[in-house]
Amino acid sequence: MGVNRRKFLKIAGMSTLGAAAVPASSALAAVNPIEWLDKKLGGFTPFETLLHLFHTPVGFKPGEALTGKQWVMVVNVKELDDEIAEACRETCHRVHNVPQIDNPRHEIKWIWHSEYKHVFTGQHNEHIAEKYHHLPFLVMCNHCENPACVRVCPTKATFKRKQDGIVLMDMHRCIGCRFCMAACPFGARSFNWIIPWPRESAGTLPRFRKGKEPPNPEYPTRVKGVVEKCNFCAERLAKGQIPACVEVCQEAAKEKGKEPALAFGDLADPDSEVRELLHSHFSIRRKPELGTGPNVYYIV
Amino acid sequence: MYDGGKIVAGIIIGVIFLTFPIWYTHGTADPRPEVKLPEKTKECVQPKAYMKTNHMQLIDLWRDSTVRVGNRSYIAFNGKKYDMSLQNTCMSQDCHANKSEFCDRCHDYTGVVPYCWDCHIAPEEKPQAEEKH
Repeated sequence: MGVNRRKFLKIAGMSTLGAAAVPASSALAAVNPIEWLDKKLGGFTPFETLLHLFHTPVGFKPGEALTGKQWVMVVNVKELDDEIAEACRETCHRVHNVPQIDNPRHEIKWIWHSEYKHVFTGQHNEHIAEKYHHLPFLVMCNHCENPACVRVCPTKATFKRKQDGIVLMDMHRCIGCRFCMAACPFGARSFNWIIPWPRESAGTLPRFRKGKEPPNPEYPTRVKGVVEKCNFCAERLAKGQIPACVEVCQEAAKEKGKEPALAFGDLADPDSEVRELLHSHFSIRRKPELGTGPNVYYIV
Repeated sequence: MYDGGKIVAGIIIGVIFLTFPIWYTHGTADPRPEVKLPEKTKECVQPKAYMKTNHMQLIDLWRDSTVRVGNRSYIAFNGKKYDMSLQNTCMSQDCHANKSEFCDRCHDYTGVVPYCWDCHIAPEEKPQAEEKH
């Protein structure tokens, strides 16, 4: 007897399922589909990729840009003093137009310094050597390997740049939900509770709180209702410059004839200064047990 | 057709009613605004016609490229290299330093309110320029 309609449909259905299942299962076993898609789309969402069919992304990396696979910061705490730490904070906040708000409930911080017991909460004990009690430990965003903030962001406003591992904020997309602030175990993120850069009138430069200095005209300001944090000076790296805080430390070190307190470099490059520092010194990281893989190392 | 006259009259009245805003305001529009082009620089990153119609798409692409990918250099149609930056390239002193007479004239005329300037810093203009306008 020949193939009747019922039998034909059965065979057709089964063979379609079988043909689809083989490549799908092997692909699933080999890679995490989300990671695979992310890589395929270069960090854009599928919708954006569709848009790009009509709207091709432009531009290329500037020739003078510093490139690396995974940027890291090494803080040599023994070389730090209050003066250098304060200079780092001041310069970073001036360069990036970080609003200076005195009210601690509204304050915005990209880089700041704190005592050992506040920075290494899990590793503190009351008999720690006296000299560590009041050393200014510089803290900033850790640009984690596996950032919790990126995972929770509903709009992909915060994302990990695949090429060099920097965790960045796209303030154009931030909707101010503050999930990232709840997720970040390091308190590295600040929310703009009040208008950070009020303008007196259209056509004038925004000024923060009358009488204070005007913003750096080369960097944008922001609006009320967005979250912000350290960006490892991504805009300076693109121009071939090292992060502003590291530059401050290098200048201070030259003046005082000491080693620079901050070092910045590519962890993936075995000949880099940071690899050499980490190889020859004992270093610790903040809350490594949480598994986020922080990329700021402290030599103590 | 039953009641043909009424239907045709109804259609005519309907068409007149629906097109009322078009013919009633015809010819009463304000004259097209004249934007003040930069004096020092004569060429933009794309031909003038493209920039007129597509500058918003271009700026959007620049934003995506610089913020998300980190590609900050752009080769213009004439082969020149530019840093993709609204504040430091487009609005630099050599180019569109006069926002109120360039951007704002068209945007005000067409009722477009781009929120670029909520965060990005527009170049500071001398008060005289404001008065002339």
